[in-house]
Amino acid sequence: MTEAFTSRKYLRDMSLPFCVGCGCVTVINHFLRAVHELGHKDLSKFVFCSGIGCAGWIPSPYFKADSIHTPHGRSIPVATGVKLLRSDLNVVVFGGDGDIAGIGMGHLVHAARRNLDITVVMVNNMIYGMTGGQVAPTTPIGTKTTTTPYGSFEQPLDVTRLVVAAGASFVARWTTAHGEQLKESLKKAVATKGFAFVEAVSPCPTAFGRRAGFKDVAETFRWYRDNSVPLEETEKMTVEELTSKIAVGEYVDRKIPTFTETIFKTIREAKKSEKTN
Amino acid sequence: MKMAIAKQEVRALSGDEAVAYAVKQSDVDVVAAYPITPQTIIVERFSEYVHNGEVDTEFICVESEHSALTACLAASATGVRTFTASGSAGLALMHEILYVTSGCRAPVVMAIVNRALSAPINIHCDHADSMVERDAGWIQIYVENSQETYDSVIQAFRIAEDPDILLPTMVMLDAFVISHTLESVKVLPDDIVRKFVGTRQIPLVKNHEGKLVPFKLDPENPVTMGPLDLYDYYFEHKRQQEDAMQRASQKIKQIHDEYGEITGRRYGNGLINPYRLEDAEIAAICLGSTAGTAKTVVDQLRAKGVKAGLLRLRAYRPFPAQDVTKVLENVKAIAVMDRSHSFGAYGGPVFHEVRHTLYDAATHPQIVNYVYGLGGRDMPQTLIHEIYKELQKILETKRVKKPVRFIGVRE
Repeated sequence: MTEAFTSRKYLRDMSLPFCVGCGCVTVINHFLRAVHELGHKDLSKFVFCSGIGCAGWIPSPYFKADSIHTPHGRSIPVATGVKLLRSDLNVVVFGGDGDIAGIGMGHLVHAARRNLDITVVMVNNMIYGMTGGQVAPTTPIGTKTTTTPYGSFEQPLDVTRLVVAAGASFVARWTTAHGEQLKESLKKAVATKGFAFVEAVSPCPTAFGRRAGFKDVAETFRWYRDNSVPLEETEKMTVEELTSKIAVGEYVDRKIPTFTETIFKTIREAKKSEKTN
Repeated sequence: MKMAIAKQEVRALSGDEAVAYAVKQSDVDVVAAYPITPQTIIVERFSEYVHNGEVDTEFICVESEHSALTACLAASATGVRTFTASGSAGLALMHEILYVTSGCRAPVVMAIVNRALSAPINIHCDHADSMVERDAGWIQIYVENSQETYDSVIQAFRIAEDPDILLPTMVMLDAFVISHTLESVKVLPDDIVRKFVGTRQIPLVKNHEGKLVPFKLDPENPVTMGPLDLYDYYFEHKRQQEDAMQRASQKIKQIHDEYGEITGRRYGNGLINPYRLEDAEIAAICLGSTAGTAKTVVDQLRAKGVKAGLLRLRAYRPFPAQDVTKVLENVKAIAVMDRSHSFGAYGGPVFHEVRHTLYDAATHPQIVNYVYGLGGRDMPQTLIHEIYKELQKILETKRVKKPVRFIGVRE
């Protein structure tokens, strides 16, 4: 019989820094459960990279694993370096929407374009939570933030669709109210050869929920549940109907050449042709 | 004619709020910013002013500090007044554009909340972030408290935009110690600040046809900014930046004086702020909020009859070499306090600057260096007393045991 799951097995003996109700804790649980179900008894086959923001604290320093905490937005270039040197390891990036899709956006698009074999988990709380609730590239129109006191007026970015368009192998989006689905997608993401991206829409009761008018986290969860639409159903919906909805599901799962496969193949062939010359 | 001191209102403001309030009153056209602790409150307060319609400012929440300064640079090039704020990693990310801004002679004003640089990650105060940018062609002013923050931001617009200067200017305030500490701050009425900063004056330059046109991007009178400039003219352009920096010393003093006439507040001569140095035999030199603690120590020593003094450098770029030499001419032993370190160097950056400035001083004072307070490590009175005690020993023995020391650190 397989060993029972406990997240403690993968975590250092220290208390987590997250606010009560923070979605980062849910993401930790589902990710570690995915790791457990994939048969990893520990995190020795993983390297974690993260940047600045609350989600950057998910692996560092709490996971019993190698992790590197990098400057704001730079976790993906760091993961690129790690993966090229240790292509045998699972390289996983955790970051928030501000980190991954704000200041680090350029890196995300290029990693997806190259189909670099890493997993990126973007915890999307739709706000710059750690710095106190400033408008982010993902903030829905009309949301009150500390820098948009009368509501955000910029079009938010659909990061998941962007990563699909950029050429990733595996892309999924769930909310933290979709525990089982999120865990299954995280399993697939880790096992994917190529660029895997999972967006976890996640509550930030401190810097987002309060200002957005949610009474408590339970209400945020209910809102997520009631406003999430399975991807298949969104095809029949109009743009107006899709406003303020979260389209959840697995967007792509495709076998395409990966960055490490291609680069190592090129090097092998170049070496071969050198010999024959 | 001496002007009457303006009636001022006392407000409870933190350093960050004092910046936002000063910017609000300074009739700024464009603000672009990205959040970073502990600067965020500046931008939050200012965005409230924008959205309440209290200011006539275009405010952009950009996607990184690199974009923030680039947007300000471009807006400034069109001839308008611009402001941004950052610190630590944010300022480091702006590094490339800092040089472009000063090279384009765009008088952007920026508040820097001094915070340590990664790694490891630390959000507290030291001066590493702005010290590495001392060569970027920006005027640098370090302040001691929230009141001086308010006063200096207003003065910064005048200094930066002066047609004889046209250099971007950064005002540095210590993270948390100043940025998050509520103080009584005297603020001027809006109209007086508005009159003091005035509207931005644009000097005339020769365009490609030899015609005199305003130095700004303007489709009516097109000019090219920041193009390729190789060994034929690049050097002259850099020399002009240095000349402007030299002129800035006088200008900073003059604007500081003019502001002092209105408010009754002065910080030394605007470049340096000496404290009980007149007959001092020993003195410490520092920047920023540490001066407040050090003044108390100086008072305690003076009460015991020790001839101690303090010099706070307010302007670090341009470096007030002549003023420093003059004010320290009778001091025999000097401790330079650095809140950042140049790894592998012989002491910290302020030490380099001061010691090399005083190399030609006739009195040949003994000069030692104390690197302190990295990553927000507290600098209590007890440690400053240790520094003065060491200076007293140097005064008695005429010998320096160890010129560069770290203080307040586990070794």
